[in-house]
Amino acid sequence: MLTKQRFTARASVVTLTALLVAACDSDSGGQTVTPNPPPPPPPPAMASFDVTVTNLTNAQPLSPVAVIAHDGSYSVFTLGMPATAGLETLAEGGDNSALIAEADADAAVITTVSGAAPIGPGGNETVSFTLLESELPGLTVSVSTMLVNTNDAISGPNRVSIENLAVGDSVSVRSIAYDAGTEANSEEAIHIPGPAGGGEGFNAARDDIADHVSMHQGVVGTEDGFATSDLNNQHRFDNAVTAVRIERTQ
Amino acid sequence: MKRSFIAAAAAALFALPPAANATDFDVTITNLTYNIHYTPFLVAAHPAGNNLFVTGQPASANLQAMAEGGDISGLVADVNGLGATVVENPAAGLLAPAQSVTFNMNTDGTSNDRLSIVSMLLPTNDAFAGLNAVEIPTEPGTYVFNVSAYDAGTEANDELLTGGGAPGVPGMPVDPSGLNGTGGTGVAGADNNPNVHIHRGSIGDTDATGGASDLDARVHRWLNPVVRVTITVN
Repeated sequence: MLTKQRFTARASVVTLTALLVAACDSDSGGQTVTPNPPPPPPPPAMASFDVTVTNLTNAQPLSPVAVIAHDGSYSVFTLGMPATAGLETLAEGGDNSALIAEADADAAVITTVSGAAPIGPGGNETVSFTLLESELPGLTVSVSTMLVNTNDAISGPNRVSIENLAVGDSVSVRSIAYDAGTEANSEEAIHIPGPAGGGEGFNAARDDIADHVSMHQGVVGTEDGFATSDLNNQHRFDNAVTAVRIERTQ
Repeated sequence: MKRSFIAAAAAALFALPPAANATDFDVTITNLTYNIHYTPFLVAAHPAGNNLFVTGQPASANLQAMAEGGDISGLVADVNGLGATVVENPAAGLLAPAQSVTFNMNTDGTSNDRLSIVSMLLPTNDAFAGLNAVEIPTEPGTYVFNVSAYDAGTEANDELLTGGGAPGVPGMPVDPSGLNGTGGTGVAGADNNPNVHIHRGSIGDTDATGGASDLDARVHRWLNPVVRVTITVN
C-alpha cells in the first residue's frame, strides 16, 4: 500500500513550498521594476480509478490481487519468457509482495496497490488508486493474482489502456488462466497453497516442462484418471477465470 | 467448399475495382498453449464471401489434409485461385509453445479484405486453429483476435501416436515435445459430429506405457483460445 504515489505527492508539496518561499523573497525587494511573481500554481489535478476484480471460477480462490499502473514499457510477464522471481512467488504461493516490490522499483510504474484479502469463487473486490492527471498519457493497468488451488496458475489482464477514460467511464475485460512455468502441475496437496492443499507455496526450484509463461492447460483431477492428484472436478476451470472492471472516479 | 471457391472466382471476373483502403499491416501469430506445437501456418488475405472452413459443414479435402497432417499445399492452391495475398509457413517450421512470429502483409491493389489463418495442433488427430475470414481493419491501430481450436470432424480422436498424418490414415503424426506415452489402446471411435466443430479437447492419461491414450493428460491438454492473432495497421 505504501507506493510510489506517496512519494510523488510528497515531492509535489516540496515543490509548492519552494515556490512560496521564492515568492516571499521576491516581494521583499520592491526597488527594481520587476513584474509581479506569478501566483502559486493550483494544486495538481488528480485522477482516481476503481479496479474491481471478480472471480469467475467454481472453486479456485484468488490470492490478494496486485494492481499496477504503468506506462507501456512495463509488463507483469511476457508470454514465452521466464517469470520474474516476484511473479513466481505470486504464482506458487499467492504472495504478491515481491511482485509489487519489483514493480515499484521499475521506472515505468507509477503506482501499485494490493488487494486486502483473497477473493473467493463468485466474489469480488474493488481496489482504488490515484495519480496525477499529467500521468494519464500512455497509462495502462495490469492485474495479477493466483488461482490458489493450483501449482502455479495466474490470471489478470496485462496493459489495459485507461489513458482516455473520462470521469465516470469504465472499461471491462476478462482474463484467461496462465501457467507461470515455474512449478510442475503435480496437483499434489503438498505443492498447493490453497484450501484444497494447504501445502508449500513458493519454492525457488523451477521444475515445469518449460521455464516460461504460457496458457494453463487446466486442472485434470482424480476423476480423469490422475491418481496422484489431490484436486477433483470442483477445481477444474475454463476461460475466462477473472473479470476486471476499471472505472475512473475522479 | 470447392463450390464456394469456384463461385467466388467467377464473381471476381466482374468485381468492381478495389476500394482504396490502408492495406499495409503486420500480423503476429502467438502460440498461447502450454505444450502444443503448430504445423506451418497458412495465412491468406482474400476477398469476402470465401471461407477455408465453415462450422457445421464437412471439411474440404484440402482442409482435411491440413488438419490431419499439416499439409497446406491444397489450401494454398485454393487461395491462390482467388487471387489472395498469401503467406506460407511464416515461422519457417513448427511454432513452439508460447512463441510468436511476426510478418508484414500488403494488399494494395486487391480486394483482399478478409484474413484467414489455419494450422494443425500437434499432437492431435485432426485439431486445427482457425481464424475464419475476419475483416481486416483499415484504421491505424492494433487489433487482437483470439482463435479457438476446431475439430475437422474427419478422423477419430484415438490419441494414438502412429505417425499417421495422411488423410484417412488413423493416428497422430508426431509429438514434437517428446513427452508422449506409448502403447495406448485408443481413446475414441469416429467423431459423433462429422462436420467442422469446436474441438472437445484431448483426454490423455498418466500411464506412459499403456492406458487408452498416448497423450499425457498433464501436459497435452489445452483450453481456448489456443492462438492469438494481432493485426497492426500501419
